[in-house]
Amino acid sequence: MIELARYQDPMTIQRVLHSARTVAVVGLSGNELRASNFVGYYLKRHGYQVIPVNPRETEILGQTCYASLTDVPAPVDVVNVFRAPDALPDIAREAVAIGAAALWCQFGVINEEAARIAEDSGMTVIMDRCLKVEHARYIGRMHWLGFNTQRITSVRSGLQ
Amino acid sequence: MTDKPSRAEDVSAEPGREFGFETRQLHAGQRPDPNTGARAVPIFQTTSYVFEDPESAAAYFNLQEYGNTYSRIMNPTVAVFEERVANLEGGAGGVAFASGIAAQAAALFTLVQPGDHVVSSSALYGGTVNQFKHLLRKMNVELTWVDPDDVGAWRQAVRPNTKAFFGETIGNPAGNVLDIEAVASIAHEHELPLIVDNTFATPYLCRPIEWGADIVIHSATKFIGGHGTSIGGVVVEAGTFDWSNGRFPVVADPSPAYHGLRFHETFGTYGYLMKLRAETLRDLGGALAPLNAFLFLQGLETLSLRMERHVDNARAVAEFLQSHELASNVTYPGLPASKYKPLVEKYLPGGAGAVFSFDCAGGRAGGQGLIGGVTLWSHLANVGDAKSLIIHPASTTHRQLNDDELRAAGVGPGTVRLSVGTESVDDLIWDLEQGFKRVGAITGQVATHD
Repeated sequence: MIELARYQDPMTIQRVLHSARTVAVVGLSGNELRASNFVGYYLKRHGYQVIPVNPRETEILGQTCYASLTDVPAPVDVVNVFRAPDALPDIAREAVAIGAAALWCQFGVINEEAARIAEDSGMTVIMDRCLKVEHARYIGRMHWLGFNTQRITSVRSGLQ
Repeated sequence: MTDKPSRAEDVSAEPGREFGFETRQLHAGQRPDPNTGARAVPIFQTTSYVFEDPESAAAYFNLQEYGNTYSRIMNPTVAVFEERVANLEGGAGGVAFASGIAAQAAALFTLVQPGDHVVSSSALYGGTVNQFKHLLRKMNVELTWVDPDDVGAWRQAVRPNTKAFFGETIGNPAGNVLDIEAVASIAHEHELPLIVDNTFATPYLCRPIEWGADIVIHSATKFIGGHGTSIGGVVVEAGTFDWSNGRFPVVADPSPAYHGLRFHETFGTYGYLMKLRAETLRDLGGALAPLNAFLFLQGLETLSLRMERHVDNARAVAEFLQSHELASNVTYPGLPASKYKPLVEKYLPGGAGAVFSFDCAGGRAGGQGLIGGVTLWSHLANVGDAKSLIIHPASTTHRQLNDDELRAAGVGPGTVRLSVGTESVDDLIWDLEQGFKRVGAITGQVATHD
């Protein structure tokens, strides 16, 4: 049984959110009603460079779409995965090959082998967490909709 | 895109500490206001919000970005209240409403449609009985009442079209304690959510989600507000129920009321809550006023402190009544002789709340005589105030129920319901003694108690 808490550490999540610039979204859908499209749109809106990876599309969210991670011509900070768990080990190998800093697997995208592949190469792994939700929790406005961010702080911070 | 990239390097990361209940009742849901630094929660008394630009407005209405649009759907003061209750209950989020009854209707309307069926405890607040019996049936939602103490009855009541189980942590007014874990496990065997009204326990005394409940409802009017100032309610959802299990097309299928969005598929953990807010609250109305949310937040800040005192006083008053010759059938589940003792030890170790009933000698006349004889207890239709309250359910809150329904709700002709406040407990007992003198005069029994 995979120890998921190991891949959900709040400090690590915040470090990834604050340091990332470029996010390759593997399995990003062109359908505006799909979760991956909501996430891609949101990340782009919040200033991340979003690179769609989906062999069935040429352009999503106004960005050129690539068939695989290894086709992406620019450096990638975070590989964000919306694929079935059994596709994850190959994606992890590609993420290692392109030198990405973090592998971020969405809700339910859980695969122990993939986590090991990425970690063995020094990548940060986040698993069974939504990139949009975590951004909205720590940086964004998730609290405006009554969601439980679990944040407790008396520090005054800037406008989001 | 007017938002600055929100990735400032000077922001220090917050550790994932598990803060205590007393800390969270003060802080959860609120950070100091970024504009002004205000430490108290600002009351955002506004109907609407200026959009930064057309693209932002579209993103808010498409639910692609968390943004304020209109205070019938969300408000920053109300949001602090929603998050705080959700945090204290251990849920994924909350949606507030103008009353507990509105919250309950919205929680159900989000997951049922005509032709569906709900299984409910029969030992409920009279207002809930009315809502289920009349409003739900008017919407062609069938209902089966079960004795909440009979765990097997819940299982037997399930039909192919059943969509939810409903019960109260501590039943109003007879003090039934729900075996939440057992009932939740039967609900889950049938892929159904358990909805629990946790008004009487508050999250300080019991957190139903920890025992398997999927949705928790509060009348915030009661102990959460704590001072009898405001009417309001809130729905908290655990975020763990599989709404895509095939039984809930109304939650999982493409929504015709939201341009084909599949709420559960798209928002996952937050799917039910998004639908509850973006569709049910939007369409039913019944939004909580920002000022009332502020007053509830003031109440929440002292919830644990008040509940400790409520529970101590309730226990003392219950013990007094138990030994009084003009009182019988004291339903306080915290009494050592209560049949709910094992359930209280399991679910309510900090105390069994502060609302219970007893039967006054002399039937209807006796009950009314007691109420006429007290001068400190307030005779009114509410519970959960810091002030002690007294009422005769058969002639007030449960008046619309017939005799069978009264019996099922544990209400007799002489039943008196108490909501024990936080006054000096000796004064509360002294005042009840005054009332019993009146009862003694009616029944011909001498009220003596030492």
